Amino acid sequence: MAGLREISCRVVSKTVRDLFIEVNYRLGDDVLDALQHAVDTEDSELGRYALERIIENAEIAGRESLPLCQDTGLAVVFVEVGQDVHVVDGDLYEAIQEGVREAYSHGFLRKSVCDPLSRENTSDNTPAVIHADIVKGNKIRIVAMPKGGGSENMSSSVVLLPSDGIEGIKQHVVDMVAKAGPNPCPPVIVGVGIGGSLEMSALLSKKALLRPVGEPNKGDDRLSTMESEILKEVNSLGTGPQGYGGRTTALAVHIEMMPCHIASLPVSVNIQCHVARHGETII
Amino acid sequence: MKDIRKIHTPLADEICRELSAGDAVTLSGTILTGRDVAHRRLFDAGTRGEALPVDLRGMVMFYAAPTPARPGRIIGSIGPTTSMRMDRYTPKLIELGLKGMIGKGRRSFEVRESIKEHNAVYFGAIGGVAALMSRRVRSAEVVAFPELGPEAMMRLEVVDFPLVVINDSKGGDLYEDAVSRRGDARRPSENTPIEML
Ligand code: SF4
Repeated sequence: MAGLREISCRVVSKTVRDLFIEVNYRLGDDVLDALQHAVDTEDSELGRYALERIIENAEIAGRESLPLCQDTGLAVVFVEVGQDVHVVDGDLYEAIQEGVREAYSHGFLRKSVCDPLSRENTSDNTPAVIHADIVKGNKIRIVAMPKGGGSENMSSSVVLLPSDGIEGIKQHVVDMVAKAGPNPCPPVIVGVGIGGSLEMSALLSKKALLRPVGEPNKGDDRLSTMESEILKEVNSLGTGPQGYGGRTTALAVHIEMMPCHIASLPVSVNIQCHVARHGETII
Repeated sequence: MKDIRKIHTPLADEICRELSAGDAVTLSGTILTGRDVAHRRLFDAGTRGEALPVDLRGMVMFYAAPTPARPGRIIGSIGPTTSMRMDRYTPKLIELGLKGMIGKGRRSFEVRESIKEHNAVYFGAIGGVAALMSRRVRSAEVVAFPELGPEAMMRLEVVDFPLVVINDSKGGDLYEDAVSRRGDARRPSENTPIEML
């Protein structure tokens, strides 16, 4: 058994700050590989043109420390706190918020958070949305995920009928991607959460986006089969990169699932644009 | 891409007539930026017949709010936001002389009709290439509504902005063309509410 360990809030803030700056400037290799593969397989000329600009953009952003996209996102943070951690020097949640505040000011990121009704900007991109879990051990794992508005706006949670089954789920996900069309800046990554409660399905759909792009669900063959079937279908919609036409509407479909109530079938679809930013650090 | 046409602002009538949905172009010259609030204010002033803080004639409006510029830089990362939020104001601005719009995503029927009627054009900018586009901005200056922060209206000098014509003055629509060419994909079902978009 690992012993009790003290972790300072100052370390947490700095970790959060560094993560948000880093992921806003640098696209992950998994995304870049998927985009490069798409350039090789895309047969629409305009589609390829868009994909090539996206790859070029990642090079420029990384080289010049410029945000990949002007929408540097709502800050979503997943934090797993080991039960043998003793957090010192302050309040863990506030430490995370402070890290976000610092990242968005020192990293020259756009502040995109506002009061939902007055639409007044909070000026420092807080509050971040924090999902905390308590886990075994004496470490803290922090995942930073700035989420753009354009793709989040095309996402949804619904409760289907149990009798809708696999076919109903597939139809629903394909519908969502078709109706989103060019708005979420395709190519997209489609996160799907099945089961749990309404809010848990939404959380699963977002966690599904944290997987390396294109990595199939490992726990359940039914899900990895659905992932590849849905991907094939959305890529025959014709939408293509940026909606300009082509076969690359999505780079991947990732599904996560958990058991649900006997009367329900919650399904959430979380659309992520190609600027799929996330990074993690274990303290 | 083989043929990328170079065009300049102010947008001439004959250029607008020639551009077709699906054309890749690079745009150079002066453009304006504006988002929701700036649009509402221009719309209100225009509807009341008041003078606008900017001259829209022949102008191109980029729906964008950049990231803050680092010291010494002209501008931060800049790219298109979703155009439909501007739809209810756009026909009025086109009526007041606006010739081109740069954004992403589908436009309303009214906007598409107004584009046809006034020989205007809607360009798509690639969403998520904001570092690349930032390097093609040669100057940036706030021209109206400075109190809106990143959403203030700016005048930009741009060189070779990579754009694609989405809606042209003849009624062409690249987004429609793209999905009508699709093969055997299943059709969207009837029961997903379209209002979700
Ligand atoms: S959807 Fe993604 S790529 Fe498009 S503007 Fe938003 S963050 Fe940028």
